[in-house]
Amino acid sequence: MTTPTIAAAAPRRPSSKHRLELAVHLGALIPVAVFFVDQWLGRASPDLIRDLTLRTGFAALIFLLLSLSVTPVVSLSGLGVLNPLRRWLGIYAFVYALIHLSIFVALDYGLDPALLADALLQKPYALAGLGAFMILLPLAATSTDAFQRRMKRNWKRLHRAVYLAAALVIVHFVWLVKPGVLDPWWYAGVLAVLLLLRVRPIRRWIASWHRRSA
Amino acid sequence: MKIRSSEITPEHVYQTRPNRRAFLKTALAAAGAAGLAACSAPQATPAPVGSAPSGAGMTDELGDAVNRFEDITNYVNYYEFSTDKQAVAGLTGDFKTDPWTIEVTGLVNNPKTYGLEDIRAAFTSEERIYRLRCVEAWSMVVPWEGFSLSEILKQVEPTSDARYVKFTTVLRPDEMPGLSNPLYPWPYTEGLRLDEAMHPLATIATGLYGQDLLPQNGAPIRLVVPWKYGLKSIKSIVKIELVAEQPTTLWNTTAPQEYGFYGNVNPEVNHPRWSQATERRIGEISRRATLKFNGYESEVAELYAGMDLAANY
Repeated sequence: MTTPTIAAAAPRRPSSKHRLELAVHLGALIPVAVFFVDQWLGRASPDLIRDLTLRTGFAALIFLLLSLSVTPVVSLSGLGVLNPLRRWLGIYAFVYALIHLSIFVALDYGLDPALLADALLQKPYALAGLGAFMILLPLAATSTDAFQRRMKRNWKRLHRAVYLAAALVIVHFVWLVKPGVLDPWWYAGVLAVLLLLRVRPIRRWIASWHRRSA
Repeated sequence: MKIRSSEITPEHVYQTRPNRRAFLKTALAAAGAAGLAACSAPQATPAPVGSAPSGAGMTDELGDAVNRFEDITNYVNYYEFSTDKQAVAGLTGDFKTDPWTIEVTGLVNNPKTYGLEDIRAAFTSEERIYRLRCVEAWSMVVPWEGFSLSEILKQVEPTSDARYVKFTTVLRPDEMPGLSNPLYPWPYTEGLRLDEAMHPLATIATGLYGQDLLPQNGAPIRLVVPWKYGLKSIKSIVKIELVAEQPTTLWNTTAPQEYGFYGNVNPEVNHPRWSQATERRIGEISRRATLKFNGYESEVAELYAGMDLAANY
């Protein structure tokens, strides 16, 4: 474990930020690489459309959780150099969510108005997923430095909506699987931890623990 | 239904390692029982890895091609092993299907306990190519080896009180890792009304693609009810019970608002997760319309004459 003092003392070369960002960009391609490796090894799903939908959905969820983990990881470790990654991780969550939604609407449902109306009106999971996407959309659109400067305090207010988006993604997942399927609850647990680490008393307690151990 | 021998001959069986072991064991067992079960003995050529039995030219009665052997054996719902369809086949290595007995009991004059070899000797299996429609809105066409459930039921002679048939899957936590999920009322149970069970399409299958069922497909013996959602086609059966009252089923108990007792394929009855109006045939990209009673309407609709199918979903 790196203590905050050591991290603060570590030399901040200008390239370290870029190197970390490059790692995120390459990391964003991992789901694509895994897909092709699975195809190559004959582990591909015979239901290609469902497979692509699930893979992009998981990628969006994982990048969203990674993005939400930056702040607590920084506050626990003091590695402030990680902070700029939050934006890219969030953008990749949005990109995968966009691909996920496009596959569902265009490839799976073939833009069929009857099927889409049924999804919107009758399928709670679809509504929760769409809600999460509609929240991520303005967050991704305003993710630039310029917007951050222009919107001032409102930028932070707007971007707090990411917590609601993450909760909706988990609801989307829970409603999507058959009752009794446990997979969504692992992700729900991770999100719960990430949110708890933001609660003020817990943050204070961690900070005091840091002071004592430092 | 006829067996076209030309279509069940070449048994080049793709086998993952644990399955190949099980397969050889079955083959040896069959050799031991030589001659007894000539028509259903596994054509056990321990085949070159990487090739699978070909379904070329095989179609259902609507002209749809059968699905590939690899897809039928590697893309399955069998929650006793895993809720991940593609993980099931790899988790069946410890599952023992030999010896196996099925108890047929309850409200019958002539209760029986069959060994698998008794089943093979007493009933003649034939190739039955049926569509399988999963409630998750995907489907396959499967060339089963089986016979009508009614043949077993006639042997045990249901009494006049018997109105339903209850089926139970084997419960072996040591061999079936998915049973550790505490949220399901194991063992898996399913049920049919007696007249449904007596319908000739209600099938007991012991094989597919001309060879013994693999564990992931419900070895050694399972139910196939082609006009109902796949979850009604219970796998690895150890008990068939004739009862007076409508039996509980695992899915009906777990989520009664989603899964009724009947489970008939019906594009007009909606489900909270999957549109049942369409389905994707495995191997295809675009969806196709789902047929009422999965395309077997002319055979089975009379079973439900006068019933409200939306209320009895």
